Amino acid sequence: MEYEAVIGLEVHAQLQTRSKMFCRCSTQYAGAEPNTHICPVCAGFPGVLPVLNEYAVELAMRVGLALNCEIVSTNRFDRKHYPYPDLPKGYQISQYDLPLAVGGYLTIGHMGEERRIGIIRVHMEEDTGKLLHRRGDDGEVYSLLDLNRAGVPLLEIVSAPDLHSGAEARAYAQKLRQILRYIDASTGNMEEGALRVDANVSVRPRGSEELGPKVEIKNMNSFRSVERALDHEIARQLEVVRSGGRISQETRGWDEAAQVTLPQRRKEYADDYRYFPEPDLPPLVISDERRRQTQGNVAELPDARRDRLAEQYAISAYDAEVLTGSRDTADYFEAVVARLGDGVPPKLAANWITGDLFRLAKGEDGDLSGSKLSPDLMAELVGMVHGGEVNQGSARLLLEDAFRSGRSPRALARERGLLQVSDESQLSGAVRRAIEENPAAVEDYRGGKKQAIGFLIGQVMRQTRGTAKADVVRTLLERELAASD
Amino acid sequence: MELTREQVEHVAMLARLGLSEEEIERLRTQLSSILAHVNMLSELDTEAIPPTAQVIAMQDVVAPDEPVASYPVDEMLENAPEREDSYFRVRSVLGYET
Ligand SMILES: [Zn+2]
Repeated sequence: MEYEAVIGLEVHAQLQTRSKMFCRCSTQYAGAEPNTHICPVCAGFPGVLPVLNEYAVELAMRVGLALNCEIVSTNRFDRKHYPYPDLPKGYQISQYDLPLAVGGYLTIGHMGEERRIGIIRVHMEEDTGKLLHRRGDDGEVYSLLDLNRAGVPLLEIVSAPDLHSGAEARAYAQKLRQILRYIDASTGNMEEGALRVDANVSVRPRGSEELGPKVEIKNMNSFRSVERALDHEIARQLEVVRSGGRISQETRGWDEAAQVTLPQRRKEYADDYRYFPEPDLPPLVISDERRRQTQGNVAELPDARRDRLAEQYAISAYDAEVLTGSRDTADYFEAVVARLGDGVPPKLAANWITGDLFRLAKGEDGDLSGSKLSPDLMAELVGMVHGGEVNQGSARLLLEDAFRSGRSPRALARERGLLQVSDESQLSGAVRRAIEENPAAVEDYRGGKKQAIGFLIGQVMRQTRGTAKADVVRTLLERELAASD
Repeated sequence: MELTREQVEHVAMLARLGLSEEEIERLRTQLSSILAHVNMLSELDTEAIPPTAQVIAMQDVVAPDEPVASYPVDEMLENAPEREDSYFRVRSVLGYET
């Protein structure tokens, strides 16, 4: 029997607000001492009153709109109960049956391979604190609690079970992060825990409509581990069902070191969250006007920008995809293009940015924060290449130099003698020397081996350290060899 | 509205309360009568009343995203059963170190 895997992802994203969801403690606690960014509200002291962060709602709405969701007009918050020390109140304020946004999609793939992945819901909630587990001198194990993260605004984004492989799940998660970053909703940084991806995985006979028992996979800390963990889990489940076994519904954690998923301890309180409406927060009603206003704050999204760049600047679909990987690189490209001289093709700028510049920057998604090569300088360099002022090899050196120094490529080229020489009078000395010093090659050439001129051109290039224009050198050599024949 | 002994034990477990035999029975009786009391509400005809989760006529209470100073850490930890440096120290939840 043929089987297929069915995957749905639950993504938690911290919203990029300055203060927490229900109190005004700062969210800038990275590197701070434990429990220095807390107050009675986020530490769950009795008798306090949460007040909703207006900007968190704005960001959550942006995400809902960017994911093509319907924004639910009357929002309510609910208490989700579970006992764990990182949850100081004993419940998490979340949204249960009236989430902020429902029924959207995002598109993965490109160029004829597009697939829409459904978004079931997007809801607002709050983050938990962090626990460290220690062993004391007496051998007893205990836990240390830091509540700095408790109460940070969090979005839960639940996909439909529309994904079928680790690679697709990874593409979905990456696309989601790209969108979150485009609209300034979240840093999306997985290493820092600002974006967390959990998955539900099941297998079923191909063509069947029913879902098999699903296994929840946790602890995937990078996009690569999402892909690997899910592919591993799919293979594991296929092996079980093909050998006649049954999949048991459970939670498994990805073990990065061992590259396997392992069963996690069963939570004895599983799925008894006793949701009820949060009495401390009045309903939140989102008007049509408010929705339109937020829609206006949703920046041009990655796919739209990719298609526009490809069309407007006549660059390849691939280049457009790479350049719009982040809003910063797309902004950079457009700033360079705006500074290009007449007749310099944007395509050339795209090549230099996606090629050498990205290679130097090395960051994923072409993070250009370490580059000193401003759009002005990049446009200058591309103009020099287009005008034949420098050859490819020299341009590469100049780009690297300017990337680190932030100096003008033209000034650098002058200083380092890298400007191409096409002036015949400047080249004739080197041409004559090449002929004098290489009688054997000259004899070959005159004897009919015309390809020997390549060697002589190489000698001239060496003398001029590559700055001579090759076609000019060839013409000069041919003329000189014919004259002294 | 008679609660069963199992229901009381379940709720106690969810709340992480350890109850003695005597307490289970006492709470079973007490909770049963509390529930019965609240259940009187269901005798009312609410056909014409829209469902609500709120009884105060308020909506859209929000605050601008402007951080203010948090509390001093010593003040926040003052009532902690135990502290270690500036952490709350609690009983183990995992049973092993991380
Ligand atoms: Zn607080």
